[in-house]
Amino acid sequence: MTTLGRTAARAHVERLDRVWREPRGVLGWLTTTDHKRIGLLYFVTALAFFAAGGVEALLMRTQLIGPDRELLGPDAYNAVMTMHGVTMIFLFVIPMSTAFGTYLVPLMIGARDMAFPRLNALGYWIFLASGLFLYAGLLVGEAPDAGWFNYVPLASKTYSPGLGIDFYALGLILNSIATTAAAANFIVTIFKLRAPGMSLNRMPLFCYAFLAVSFAIVFALPPLTTALIFLELDRQLGFSFYDIAAGGEPLMWQHLFWIFGHPEVYIIILPAFGIATSIIPTFVRRRMVAFPLVALAEILVAFIGFGVWVHHMFAVGLPQVTTIYFAAASLIIVIPSGIQLFAWITTILTGTPVFKTPLLFIVGFIVTFIMGGLTGIMFAAIPFDQQAHDTYFVVAHFHYVIFGAAVFPILGGIFYWFPKVTGRMYRERAGQVSFWLTFVGTMVTFFPMHVVGLLGMPRRNYTYGADRGWTGLNLTETIGSYLLGAGLLLIVANLAWSRFRGAPAGDDPFGGDTLEWTTTSPPPPYNYPVIPKVTSPYPAWDAEDREEDARRLAAGRQVLERGHETPATTVLDADYDETLEMPAASPWPPLLALALAAVVVMLLLGHWTTAVVFAGAALAVIAAWHWKEPEAA
Amino acid sequence: MTALDPHSDAARAITTLWWWMFAVACVVLAGALLLLGIAWLRRRSPGFPLIGKSEGLASGMVVTFGIVIPAVALIGLFTVANFVVADETDAPAASTPLTVEVVGNQWWWEVRYPGTPAVTANEIHIPTGTPVTIVATTDDVIHSFWVPQLNRKVDTIPGQRNRVLLEADEPGRYRGQCAEFCGAAHAEMGMYVYAEPPGEFRAWLNDMAAPARAPATPEQRRGRDVFLDNACAGCHTIRGTPARGVIGPDLTHLQSRATLAALTVPNDARHLSGWIRDPQHVKPGNRMPRLDLGDRQHDDVLAYLESLR
Repeated sequence: MTTLGRTAARAHVERLDRVWREPRGVLGWLTTTDHKRIGLLYFVTALAFFAAGGVEALLMRTQLIGPDRELLGPDAYNAVMTMHGVTMIFLFVIPMSTAFGTYLVPLMIGARDMAFPRLNALGYWIFLASGLFLYAGLLVGEAPDAGWFNYVPLASKTYSPGLGIDFYALGLILNSIATTAAAANFIVTIFKLRAPGMSLNRMPLFCYAFLAVSFAIVFALPPLTTALIFLELDRQLGFSFYDIAAGGEPLMWQHLFWIFGHPEVYIIILPAFGIATSIIPTFVRRRMVAFPLVALAEILVAFIGFGVWVHHMFAVGLPQVTTIYFAAASLIIVIPSGIQLFAWITTILTGTPVFKTPLLFIVGFIVTFIMGGLTGIMFAAIPFDQQAHDTYFVVAHFHYVIFGAAVFPILGGIFYWFPKVTGRMYRERAGQVSFWLTFVGTMVTFFPMHVVGLLGMPRRNYTYGADRGWTGLNLTETIGSYLLGAGLLLIVANLAWSRFRGAPAGDDPFGGDTLEWTTTSPPPPYNYPVIPKVTSPYPAWDAEDREEDARRLAAGRQVLERGHETPATTVLDADYDETLEMPAASPWPPLLALALAAVVVMLLLGHWTTAVVFAGAALAVIAAWHWKEPEAA
Repeated sequence: MTALDPHSDAARAITTLWWWMFAVACVVLAGALLLLGIAWLRRRSPGFPLIGKSEGLASGMVVTFGIVIPAVALIGLFTVANFVVADETDAPAASTPLTVEVVGNQWWWEVRYPGTPAVTANEIHIPTGTPVTIVATTDDVIHSFWVPQLNRKVDTIPGQRNRVLLEADEPGRYRGQCAEFCGAAHAEMGMYVYAEPPGEFRAWLNDMAAPARAPATPEQRRGRDVFLDNACAGCHTIRGTPARGVIGPDLTHLQSRATLAALTVPNDARHLSGWIRDPQHVKPGNRMPRLDLGDRQHDDVLAYLESLR
């Protein structure tokens, strides 16, 4: 490029820097609407809850290290067991996926922010409030203790008279609002904000995964919220939705919970699939095999996931015609998972893989996902399900799926995008060591659980007798969990050190295939100084298009620098539609979250009038939020 | 109580199904590990023998291994498991020679033999070689009735009478446990199934149906009065006395049972004494309060309970 061109480009970049600048310091973080900063907030918060959930897991494993141990009594164990489940599902995995999506989806589609930046911030602050609310229950000694799926009548006022279950129900209602807000935002962002040229068949598979997940969330969470509202009406106002003596139906809780709960499994795992399909092409130096099949499979998994919930309820005594139908659906969902699995394996097989830390985690994920998937298939064999149901065999299965198959890609993804987010490289050797520690730790912790389950150990037992033949296996599991903990600590140490001392990474240390690798590390607030040209699903590998971007910037074409501007495009073909003016920093999202949290606290304490006052405050904030819409460009 | 050591046709069918599924799963996992191993060995050479660099053949591999082969295997599994094995393990549609009612309680099992006055707790006796229908219900929250060596489990749901078939091949004692999380003492809610030759079973059932023996010694008599005058009778039934409580287990034939507190401790004088003195220490969370009887009263009531054979 000529010197003249370079000077012109620099002028545009400086103007964009000025237009997109956010307040500094704490105030900047509080009022931010930048999807990258919100993504980082999600990341750090989810990581903190991961630590809490991890400590709870180690407490349980230490209690079960040998027979008749007395570290935790039954009440403490049940509280820790419940909080572990709730934390890992609602406060770690899903927000961590949201962290990845919030940070990366706009970058990958060449947009400058999410479609609704303030809604994005609101989602984060409500999520934070829900997490703090749930842990406030633990701190005041009123933790929920009826297990994460919280069956009635155990969770009814009669059998759980404390506030624990109310913390659970109200906390999760709040959490659902946050998750739904994020999902709606992803759907609109992915449909409308893709850079011109990124038609649906050129969209990265990562974005397909988030699109599928977001639709699943929008349909899966209302049943959960409904179930929770019924529960609170029963508990606080004496309704009887679940009370059989008054004409209610306790099984309705199970249906509503699992109509949410099984899609939830795919909500947890699909973003991980998306991460895997991002990492694999980069490190094997080839395009994904069977791209359209994989895209279709991601969407099918999310869809069929809604038709399998009764396989959590095969032992409740439903008619055979019902259970057979759900067993069949549970087997059908194996097919789209099989497609993805063999697409990954074939891509690695026919490419030239470089086994660096991110790819190692993906290979570890493939192995654990196959193992968790195979035991999952077994639960569609109804008689076997009814033998293994509610034993440690199930605990083993879903930890292979949730820890092995969802968290491993998340860990791989953290290493993969760490240079992009921080501008610095992690330590490769330490990264590989941490992979082997976590992989071996996972196997040693969770594999023996299959065996101990078949030997008859029910889940959620706070203790067991020395005569049961479970001692050696439990000891092994506990040792494995310490190994796993050490591996995770090493990852944190590696990243913490590298954040400040790591070697500069440059824009594209791995030769990545998606757009985010074409901008600086870390990306500027506006992501791209020029709206990128896209002609394939692997835009970062299209050198000519990138040269065209540089020419456009020098010429000041497609720069959109008059405000917080980003182009909107048509849903299917991503033809240019209009230029959107995005909102800038705003105080209203955290304030609205605060007001909603206050409503929930008052509902918990039964101060109905005060709750109404805070609801009024929330409405006032919403009014203020909409009082002054950003002026049209 | 391992599911891998079945003692009935039903449990054997499930165990066989499991070993088949396990074998196929091992083959699939080994195949996948082999492919990943090859990928590592050939990491510097693009393409793959037979496939070469053809995208079409690579997609074909995905279709073959990801769709065609799993579809065939899954249809096979579905048919065998959910029709053949399911039939083998289902509760029979018609009534069986014997029906036993098992009621889940926080945190023990009540066992009734309909048509007889017999009531006991945490120990189910059945005749060998006879199909027995267990009707599982609950008095409070959801529990799950599970004796893995004899058959699959079934939950106890409020308002439902769920059924499961037990048919033991040979005499023996088979352990069971509550499998659905039911609160504080969920881990200490076990039960035994005793399979006995039919003659022995009938004798046992006759004994169980009889009311309690009258106290024979002055100590036992005082013990009965302590039992009736204190909180004991409010929760426990002893047939043949005014004690009619229904919160805790029927104690009419307490000494016929091998354990106390749903398999938490053995049923002997020392453990029974410890249980009466401090039930919360033995089984935290259970419904029995500490009674703080005097030493004399304690010894008397212990003597009376020891006489309930």
